[in-house]
Amino acid sequence: MARAVSTRRMAVATIAAWIVALIIFFPILYTIITSLKSEPEAIQGFNLIPSFTLESYVTVQTQRDYFKPFMNSVVLSVGSTLLALLVAVPAAWSMAFSPTNRTKDILMWMLSTKMMPAVAVLVPIYLIFRDTGLLDTRLGLTIMLTLINLPIVVWMLYTYFREIPGEILEAARMDGATLWGEIVYVLAPMAVPGIASTMLLNIILAWNEAFWTIRLTTTNAAPLTAFIASFSSPQGLFWAKLSAASTLAIAPILIMGWFSQKQLVRGLTFGAVK
Amino acid sequence: MGKIILRNVNKSFGATQVIPGIDLTIEDGEFVVFVGPSGCGKSTLLRLIAGLEDTTSGTIEIDGRDVTKAAPAKRGLAMVFQSYALYPHMTVKNNIAFPLKMAKVSPDVIEKKVTEAARVLNLTNYLERRPGQLSGGQRQRVAIGRAIVREPSAFLFDEPLSNLDAALRGTMRLEISELHQQLKTTMIYVTHDQVEAMTMADKIVVLNAGNIEQVGSPLDLYNKPDNLFVAGFIGSPRMNFVKGKAAEPYRAPTVGIRPEHLRLSTESGTWRGVVGVAEHLGSDTFLHVNVEDVGMVTVRAGGDFAVTHGDTVYLTPDENRIHRFDDKGLAIR
Ligand SMILES: Nc1ncnc2c1ncn2[C@@H]1O[C@H](COP(=O)(O)OP(=O)(O)OP(=O)(O)O)[C@@H](O)[C@H]1O
Ligand SMILES: [Mg+2]
Repeated sequence: MARAVSTRRMAVATIAAWIVALIIFFPILYTIITSLKSEPEAIQGFNLIPSFTLESYVTVQTQRDYFKPFMNSVVLSVGSTLLALLVAVPAAWSMAFSPTNRTKDILMWMLSTKMMPAVAVLVPIYLIFRDTGLLDTRLGLTIMLTLINLPIVVWMLYTYFREIPGEILEAARMDGATLWGEIVYVLAPMAVPGIASTMLLNIILAWNEAFWTIRLTTTNAAPLTAFIASFSSPQGLFWAKLSAASTLAIAPILIMGWFSQKQLVRGLTFGAVK
Repeated sequence: MGKIILRNVNKSFGATQVIPGIDLTIEDGEFVVFVGPSGCGKSTLLRLIAGLEDTTSGTIEIDGRDVTKAAPAKRGLAMVFQSYALYPHMTVKNNIAFPLKMAKVSPDVIEKKVTEAARVLNLTNYLERRPGQLSGGQRQRVAIGRAIVREPSAFLFDEPLSNLDAALRGTMRLEISELHQQLKTTMIYVTHDQVEAMTMADKIVVLNAGNIEQVGSPLDLYNKPDNLFVAGFIGSPRMNFVKGKAAEPYRAPTVGIRPEHLRLSTESGTWRGVVGVAEHLGSDTFLHVNVEDVGMVTVRAGGDFAVTHGDTVYLTPDENRIHRFDDKGLAIR
């Protein structure tokens, strides 16, 4: 009896989970479906069965080179993530292991910068970029992405580092570890999972960032987000091509997410399963 | 060797003074227990000796060497933490080997010592596991293993057994005592469990609000407490304190008498009272007796002493085991 109920519950829960997942995934799925339609098909209206033509992909690739924005996306997301970690690891480290009574305030202040709408600083940032010659450069955008994601990176790392019990570090000190030994043998191994999942999440965030990447680039440094956007306006609305471009843009990050999901989930639940 | 001398050691956290100034000598090979109520500074004192906290003033000497400013690693001490503080990403074997590895001992010597420690501590079958896959008692043994392999000049224990259940605590207590007899190394042990203090210690240090109230052997403290605090803290159940009129015949403002030093009778005695709660432990029965002019008095009776709630009993203090205290709470001898 009990088993029957729990089996039925399991079935209901499974179906519910699938429905939720499908609802969340549906826009992406429909993008992929539309990308496999011909242009007339795409404007006809809602239709889940495409004609499986690849003509949009061919047009997209011949009209605009996919490779260049792809490389820009890689450079920007990986570059800005590494740069952010370079700053955030020591910052989060000192805040977690030798906090002062201002630490909480600083963390809150950093987070509060994320509450401000980006548009509010668009003009000053644009002017600064223009005057320093950083507009449409990889360097400029990397710096920009680093800065906007830095608060989140610091927060995430801070939370992970706080999970490392101080007594373990004290034990290492009692066991005769030098500062270097303490870092290499004890701290680093315990910090690496947190750093890795922060890194993955930040790469995804940076890859998907569309506000600044579209506004501060034209051609040279334009990443895939700008690549998608470029299909929407100048030529009117070509749904199939736009979808093909979107699919090409999100594919790499989806694949990366898929392969690293174990690491991502473990990182996100690090504290819970310790 | 492990003779430790504290001279006027003082510790403040910001404006709060936790240890006002302590002088203490711990002889080589002694098993010293720090006891005291929660928050009295036991852990702080231990951490000062370990070097995990800096002294505000005063000096700490180990084997004649002033180590007040020395880093923890340079003091030659090993510590076992209440939370075990094992390295979660290392196997049991690597946990135990870690201090040796830090001391750059050669791999075959490490192998030999770890194997030996694992044998002594019954961990041989668990060497390849991670701490997360061990029970509380096993983790504690790994922590002890990690401490013994480096052959420190003294061991520091901070409430090592308080996360274990009662039965396991009893076994581990014996194991640690046995270890001390084998190694004959100085051990400093912090606890607030007075059974641990009484059974394990060569010397007990009773702390109260950062001050040493008394230092002595377990029986010294039991038989000759210096003051009311020690008298009330050592011994279980607690010593009964009698004040005012009932204390007058004994020529002292306060008189203390332990539950086991009251003679119990159903017919006659010095004090007459009514039984409140009776706690039957099997071997003993503790009666809480409400005595007129005296108050609640705890008394130990034999396991099969048959009285129940509401019965009238008579209590007679054993004249030779009475403790007398003056107005300041100090013992009158
Ligand atoms: N880092 C610190 N900063 C400020 N105050 C502290 C700090 N560490 C300890 N204290 C204070 O010092 C006092 C003694 O603390 P300690 O941990 O030594 O007590 P304890 O005797 O070990 O207690 P317990 O039996 O509960 O472990 C406490 O009042 C505590 O609040
Ligand atoms: Mg403590």
